[in-house]
Amino acid sequence: MNPFTYERASDAPAAIGLAKGSAAARYLGGGTNLVDLMRETVERPEMLVDVTGLPGGIEPRADGGLRIGAAATNTALAADAHVRTHYPLLARAILAGASAQIRNMATVGGNILQRTRCRYFYDTAAACNKRQPGAGCDARDGFNRYHAILGASPACVATHPSDMCVALAALDATVHLDGPAGPRSIALADLHRLPGDRPDVETELKPGELITAVELPPLSFARRSTYRKVRDRASYAFALVSVAAALDLADDGTVREVRLALGGVAHKPWRASAAEAALKGRPASPESFRAAAEAELAAATGLRDNAFKIELAKRTIVAVLSDLTGDDA
Amino acid sequence: MNFTINGQSVEVEADIRSSLLDLLRNSLGFTGTKKGCDQGACGACTVLVDGERINSCLALAVQYQGRSITTVEGLGSDGSLHPLQEAFVEHDGFQCGYCTPGQLCSAVGMAREIERNIPSVVTANLSADSVAIDERELRERMSGNLCRCGAYNGIIEAISETLVKTPATPQVRARA
Repeated sequence: MNPFTYERASDAPAAIGLAKGSAAARYLGGGTNLVDLMRETVERPEMLVDVTGLPGGIEPRADGGLRIGAAATNTALAADAHVRTHYPLLARAILAGASAQIRNMATVGGNILQRTRCRYFYDTAAACNKRQPGAGCDARDGFNRYHAILGASPACVATHPSDMCVALAALDATVHLDGPAGPRSIALADLHRLPGDRPDVETELKPGELITAVELPPLSFARRSTYRKVRDRASYAFALVSVAAALDLADDGTVREVRLALGGVAHKPWRASAAEAALKGRPASPESFRAAAEAELAAATGLRDNAFKIELAKRTIVAVLSDLTGDDA
Repeated sequence: MNFTINGQSVEVEADIRSSLLDLLRNSLGFTGTKKGCDQGACGACTVLVDGERINSCLALAVQYQGRSITTVEGLGSDGSLHPLQEAFVEHDGFQCGYCTPGQLCSAVGMAREIERNIPSVVTANLSADSVAIDERELRERMSGNLCRCGAYNGIIEAISETLVKTPATPQVRARA
């Protein structure tokens, strides 16, 4: 690990001011990803600005939505009574991620900005365009079981590893930022980028910008929502494919509204807009669900080890939507 | 850097890069806490910070200044094991023992999470006032602690008997 200086900030302006002092500064949340990457010398910050002392409150809003301070831990958010009742897919997505120890440490802001777990990104002896632009990609012809089937590029086939972000994408969450040029907001769905020819640029954040809060709009039918994660072992593993879904059925059994997002399949949390469009107004039946899944995955492409995820994603979408149409949902 | 470790105030000079794990083991001699993977995958380094379990390998020590840390050395005392330690012996909750300090601290932290009604991914009813604990819940909640010897059945029995009463207590599984 390279040496660094450490500063602790008590509010966003202080954090931004401290980080401005060093071009190689990084904000430090729970450290569960950044510390690991520093040990591997993938990340080499010269200054760490600890932002765990910034606001982490979880507050219902007058309109029925929710504002989540970026320093809230993953555990605190999943355990929040409002989240459990009104946004169960978010609680379940968080609880499907990592281990209890890591959820106790990890912050909401850090979860959003965590980096891919592609082994070739971590291995400094391997070629990786994300770690070293122009170096090539060893994952494309390597071990790529966990890699992207949607939105990948010749330069990068890595996936975004967050479970929480998949639920946030389905919920139309807004991310509040602050930075040297002042505060602004961006939709979570627009925060992460597809790799294109610059996989090293992972988000729309500008230098020095900090996530201060995440806001969820009200979504009454999110009470009927869930998250399903398919993985290589029963617990404590990253997703092969995951699905976050919320379903609103009309009295005649057709789909009035649906929210659907996929994890483990792309460089960003993947909002399944094509599937949503294909479902609206259709009967809530396995046939409709399958047709919608086919529409979403029509553009998917497989690599040597991950082509099975195309069919897996389709089946998981059908299974989750079927679960949500059940009487006990 | 200043910490409270197992109830004692300590002041120690340390490299800014030190993990809490390396600080405990190398600078302070609390070698009960073990280094397994050093990347947050195995849980051998689990300690309690203000009663909450964390992976000390992923924690920069500098970030935990002023906090109260409990290691396996702080669970029991010389000649007087913590009830969970007794139960690990009774139920063969280990073979080589390397993961055991992490398992013990993790289980103590887990019991507190259950008391505080923190759900897990297998909790069926997220709106309930308390978590219905069964073997499936315990296995999910302990999944951050790997045991290379495969002593999981004994570990679950020991936890079931002492910290968290499951409906199946004490016969979590039929013995061969």
